[in-house]
Amino acid sequence: MLNYLLKRIVQVVPVVLIIMIGTFLLLKLAPGDTVDALVGDMGGADPQVIARLRAEYGLDQPVWVQLLVYMKKLVQFDFGWSFVHEQPVATVLMSRLGPTLLLMLSSLFFAVSIGSVLGMIAARKAYSLTDNVISTLGLIFYATPSFFLGLMMIVLFSVKLGWLPVGGIQTIPSFYSGWDYVIDVAEHLILPTASLSLIYLALYMRLMRTSVLEVADLDYVRTARAKGAGGARLMIHHIARNALLPVITLLGVQFSTILGGSVVIETVFALPGLGQLAYQAVIQRDMNVLMGLVFLSSVLVIVVNFLIDLIYASLDSRIELS
Amino acid sequence: MSKQQTTGPVLEIEGLRIALPEGADRPLAIDGLNLSVNAGEIVCLVGESGSGKTLAASAVMRLLPEPHVRVTAGTVRFEGQDLFQLSEKQMRALRGSRMSMIFQEPMTALNPQKRVGWQIDEVLRLHTNLSRKERHARVLDILEQVRIPDPASAVNAYPHQISGGQRQRVMIAMALVLQPKLIIADEPTTALDVTTQLQVLRLVRELQAKFGTGVLFITHDFGVVAEIADRVAVLRQGELVEQGPASEVLNRPRHPYTQALIAAVPDLRPPKPKDFSGAPEVLRVANLKKTFKPKRSLFGRRRNAVVAVDDVSFELRKGETLGIVGESGSGKTTVSRCVTRLLEADGGSVRLGESDVLNASRRDLRALRRDIQMVFQDPMASLNPRKRVVDLIAQGPIVHGEDPEKARARARELLSLVELSPAAAERYPHEFSGGQRQRIGIARALALNPKIIVADEPVSALDVSVQAQVLKLLADLRDRLSLSLLFITHDLRVAAQLCDRVAVMEKGKIVEIGPTATVFSNPTHPYTRKLLASIPGRNWTPPVLAGNAA
Amino acid sequence: MSLIEAKIEAAPPSAWSELWRRYRRNRAAVLGLVLLGLVLAMAATAGLVEPEDPLRRAGEPLIPPFTSWATPLGTDQLGRDILAGIFHGARTSLLIGIVSTVIAVSIGILVGSVSGYFGGWIDDTLMRITEAFQTIPNFVLLLALVAIMGSSLQNMIIAIGIVSWTAPARLVRAEFLSLRGREFVEAARNLGVGDAGIIFREILPNALPPVIVFASVIMAISILLESALAFLGLGDPNYASWGNMIGMGRSVLRTDFYCVAIPGIAIIVTVLAFSLIGEGLNEAVNPRQKKS
Repeated sequence: MLNYLLKRIVQVVPVVLIIMIGTFLLLKLAPGDTVDALVGDMGGADPQVIARLRAEYGLDQPVWVQLLVYMKKLVQFDFGWSFVHEQPVATVLMSRLGPTLLLMLSSLFFAVSIGSVLGMIAARKAYSLTDNVISTLGLIFYATPSFFLGLMMIVLFSVKLGWLPVGGIQTIPSFYSGWDYVIDVAEHLILPTASLSLIYLALYMRLMRTSVLEVADLDYVRTARAKGAGGARLMIHHIARNALLPVITLLGVQFSTILGGSVVIETVFALPGLGQLAYQAVIQRDMNVLMGLVFLSSVLVIVVNFLIDLIYASLDSRIELS
Repeated sequence: MSKQQTTGPVLEIEGLRIALPEGADRPLAIDGLNLSVNAGEIVCLVGESGSGKTLAASAVMRLLPEPHVRVTAGTVRFEGQDLFQLSEKQMRALRGSRMSMIFQEPMTALNPQKRVGWQIDEVLRLHTNLSRKERHARVLDILEQVRIPDPASAVNAYPHQISGGQRQRVMIAMALVLQPKLIIADEPTTALDVTTQLQVLRLVRELQAKFGTGVLFITHDFGVVAEIADRVAVLRQGELVEQGPASEVLNRPRHPYTQALIAAVPDLRPPKPKDFSGAPEVLRVANLKKTFKPKRSLFGRRRNAVVAVDDVSFELRKGETLGIVGESGSGKTTVSRCVTRLLEADGGSVRLGESDVLNASRRDLRALRRDIQMVFQDPMASLNPRKRVVDLIAQGPIVHGEDPEKARARARELLSLVELSPAAAERYPHEFSGGQRQRIGIARALALNPKIIVADEPVSALDVSVQAQVLKLLADLRDRLSLSLLFITHDLRVAAQLCDRVAVMEKGKIVEIGPTATVFSNPTHPYTRKLLASIPGRNWTPPVLAGNAA
Repeated sequence: MSLIEAKIEAAPPSAWSELWRRYRRNRAAVLGLVLLGLVLAMAATAGLVEPEDPLRRAGEPLIPPFTSWATPLGTDQLGRDILAGIFHGARTSLLIGIVSTVIAVSIGILVGSVSGYFGGWIDDTLMRITEAFQTIPNFVLLLALVAIMGSSLQNMIIAIGIVSWTAPARLVRAEFLSLRGREFVEAARNLGVGDAGIIFREILPNALPPVIVFASVIMAISILLESALAFLGLGDPNYASWGNMIGMGRSVLRTDFYCVAIPGIAIIVTVLAFSLIGEGLNEAVNPRQKKS
């Protein structure tokens, strides 16, 4: 197990390095740099001051030296300073990490679990009315932009029906604590999670359906039938686990996409998370925050991928981790 | 539970008709099949691919892929009960307990996620009320009876951890643990090595005799039929053409189709040896070595270093046919790839006439390729599906600088040489049958006027009747064009018919080499003896019938 | 020697008509084509519906749909004609969808074929780079690129192409990995064909069909990405865009939600069209084989 861990880290290192170099390049390509932003903040300065500032920030060094310094800082999660927020970027990122993680993980959880179950049902009754209804709904949801779904749900549930709050992560003029606080936050997360997860739910449903139909055709399922197995037993012991494997493989890739999707959803629902931060950073040209975000989200994706690989390995008996 | 019959056949199929979905080759997969199996007897259902034999078997178990493929007429009676009148729940009660099935591919027929013991135990759990300890004892017992080494640890193994032959034994164990009255075996030994095949056949016979089971054994191999059948039924394109006791059908076949099938089975007695000692040497292989490096991957199989070819030497003379025979893993295919430099060898030398093949530069190698060409095994995969036949055949000469128009004209000539109509030139590979595609492959190999043809299992993927035709074509071409043939095969019957000399390979080494007649009648190496002893039906000589245009 | 195997049946219909026949049988796939036709028609006739700038003020603000002939689908809070916006937006979406897909697929084919064919360290290096691109969430990277390159239409198209090439690259690589071991490739090598010939004339024609099918999925995703950017106000302000209409309509969501609903439906219809076509093509190219 430790061996496997080490091997994975070794595999991942070049990818992280490439990402670091990539973000560095992007920073360099961006119009203006730290000193320009600082000078803009100060309202202008004469050339000697600017040159001195450059030297102070190490921006007069050759590029590869700057790169090394940059990478060293990244490894320590030092993303620089955000002029917009007047705080170290790392602090800003960490303060917004919570809501995003909450949104992501619950969306992913619902999408995969409900989606897989629906997929199994649809496959079991393949080509029947149930299947057609589920599959059609799935297609439509998959084609729906998440922000549109979110807005429509706000119209229905918040405006017309008034059941759920319109946005934010908690009811502001309130001092909920303990269990009440949790419920309040949960209420605020229902619509955003639903908007995000319904779309990926549709995806997993279709994936699972295809996977189950393929597995059901395989030889060992036929063997099980020939032994007298049928119905639920067949599905649970023989089909489900094997059909789930390709779906889980895709989970890793999907997490990256869902993380991107949270940007839009957080903006629609005014959730104070990384996504909304990213949007603001683009508008305000806070490149440090943006690059910090790129790096942080990549790290998140890598960690989640690693966990998913472990889950996969534990599910697939053909893999020996020792 | 209805009454069980104590006399009469275990299985009675009457007037069975199975319809295929529209768009298939023919409307009916099976048309009016009448067949019965008695207790304690083995009935072999013989047919080529597309005869419908697998569907017939699935129909008995009511495991057809409905609704696309379904039974439209007929009855199937098992122990007197009409199976088509039963509910699905009643069928499930029968499956695995009173009738069971064994499938062809041991690699894919077991659930990869469950241990071997669990899978056998499942049969017991589905049909009996035994306690866990009792079930465990039964599982161990049946594993011993199918001769799995060390049943106690086999029980905890996953399918990917045991060999193909062992997996098939596990399948047999699953099928037999409740001592059913009927077993349907769908080509259970086709995917196994020859030596393993014989062991499994013997096992089936032994257990069947012990438990008094009726066996419906589906196969395309008449050798297997000769080895185990009590009665034989021959199926062609969904119709039963002949039925009777094995000795009758095998030695005095009456229907022309049966006669043709039996005529196509190559005789194990080699033809008279020809003398090639005066002919010049065209190929000399010395101390050839190839080791596949270990593959370490994070997931899935890890491969240890495999010595595929270990110090192999032989020579080939002009006009001669040398057969390289062996089971899977013997290294014979690797030898063929190294000799043609499709794989880089690790050591040794290959001399084509005066030239060194292994160390040739790219330019020299290209020129050398004119002299040694290959015919591949898989008729589906060896032709680029997106090229027309004429382009496939002309590609070689064009690459070597020949004028494209001339090359294509010659390609059309070659088509008639391999007995295909020149109209085939404008078509695409998928429009042809397996045998026709192999002919195209042969034409392609001949386009460069090679001196040597390396044929890697060229007929293994073909039906028996087609095999005979393609082999005859190869033999004719070889004689007419004075070709030297390096013939790789696992099928000893084919080797006996076509090869002048034969080299037997085991685990990367040539263990015996000599004239075919000598090796087959007086094998010296123990492995050769084991190999020859494993040929199913080796004691049966296919009868020579009048009108055999063999 | 007689031509004993001369019997070949009459030539079957060409591959294309066979493909069309199989495609036609799938009703959902045909629906996809119909929907796409609708969108194409909208894009083509946009100039007739609104010959001038679709972003100009066409009437009073917030006219409800189906009440006025001049503005059949109503107007938004700036008085702009929604119908004109939908038709011109179709042009924008299709343009972006097609061009960025071409970019993504081209890069993907280049990277994937080289990686899959040569293997070894070339493959390792290219795969690490691909993984790096795949690890960064594509919308986040898109935002970063837009922040740097700006929001002009061309730059958006390029940026979307840049974040989308990894999936086709993986697909092409997988196809090459599986095809390069096939016997017909060995046969070509045996005949003396060189590396370039094998890549371009043997493997690539066989690797392309799944990529082409996948291209429709990429088109759907590109349209969604562009609409998300426009929704956030990061799109090109000079062109009508459905995402932008939704973004603008947010402020009047409570009272006049049709400003959001109509362009949203347009997006769903377009993306649905491409998805259905993609699935239909997939089934037509690989019909499920029934075991006989």
